Amino acid sequence: MAKLKIEDLKKIKEKVQSQTALREGGHRAKVTVHMGTCGIASGAREVLDALMREMEETGVSDVIVTTSGCMGLCSREPLVTVELAGKEPIKYEKMNENKMRQVFKRHVMEGEIQTPFVLAKGAEIVR
Amino acid sequence: MLELALHILDIVENSIRAGAGLVRIQVREDEARDLFLLRITDNGHGMSPEEQRKAMDPFYSTKKVRRIGMGLPLLSDAAERSGGKMILKSRPGVGTAISAEFGHRHIDRQPMGDIVSVLMAIIVGNPGIDFIYRHEVQGRIYLLDTRNIKEALEDVPLNHPEVTAFLREQIAEGLRDIGAAV
Repeated sequence: MAKLKIEDLKKIKEKVQSQTALREGGHRAKVTVHMGTCGIASGAREVLDALMREMEETGVSDVIVTTSGCMGLCSREPLVTVELAGKEPIKYEKMNENKMRQVFKRHVMEGEIQTPFVLAKGAEIVR
Repeated sequence: MLELALHILDIVENSIRAGAGLVRIQVREDEARDLFLLRITDNGHGMSPEEQRKAMDPFYSTKKVRRIGMGLPLLSDAAERSGGKMILKSRPGVGTAISAEFGHRHIDRQPMGDIVSVLMAIIVGNPGIDFIYRHEVQGRIYLLDTRNIKEALEDVPLNHPEVTAFLREQIAEGLRDIGAAV
């Protein structure tokens, strides 16, 4: 039976704790990938995977990644919402892995909204 | 859906929207009995008998934004296409269990696909929810319990890049070791 090596996790924990001890908490941004059936069928998992891998490569730890459900705009999926701390949320439509990497590098990291992919500004009510 | 892994992601998202605190995902590959079984069990708010009947209707949904709910009908159809079936059991206030049996060797059974990135998506995207993933191949078992991971990490978040890179590697290795289908 393959076991998750808990000792390795503890090593990571110690390393991360020593690195973050000097820094203040708080997050740069929250990125939501919409994971309804429509989103999943049109590639939302690949988009989220590209985002997580990009964060791993760049070592960015102050971005919250989360998923949400269908917001009723199934034909525009995959949808991604980027909310920089203290700014209005921006919704991107018809995302793919490349667009996600671009949005991460330019918008999340540098605050530059990637207008060609934007669907809307502001929050929606998801239920 | 092109992969069984995507069905798993879809059904687990249902559990999350149903307010589950613990979601169990079981996969069993049994070539001798020509069976590929997926089972997702949650402790979410469950469904009444009436809701359970309606859940199989693609034009029924509890969502308010759009009255379409394709997740369960798509899974049920996929199981039936491979000579299997989907079974839904639910009790209000207790939770829901979805089992889908597929014909392992059936030509219309979808491939498993990228289950590692699906697990990463649900674990990292929902740090407040616990997940147990159990994958059995001819008696060999891979088991992942996020409660153990969180305990070891203490205050280090699950979505820290060091942690996600490690987890991705570990899950892939664990599944390779038991010879899980791809």
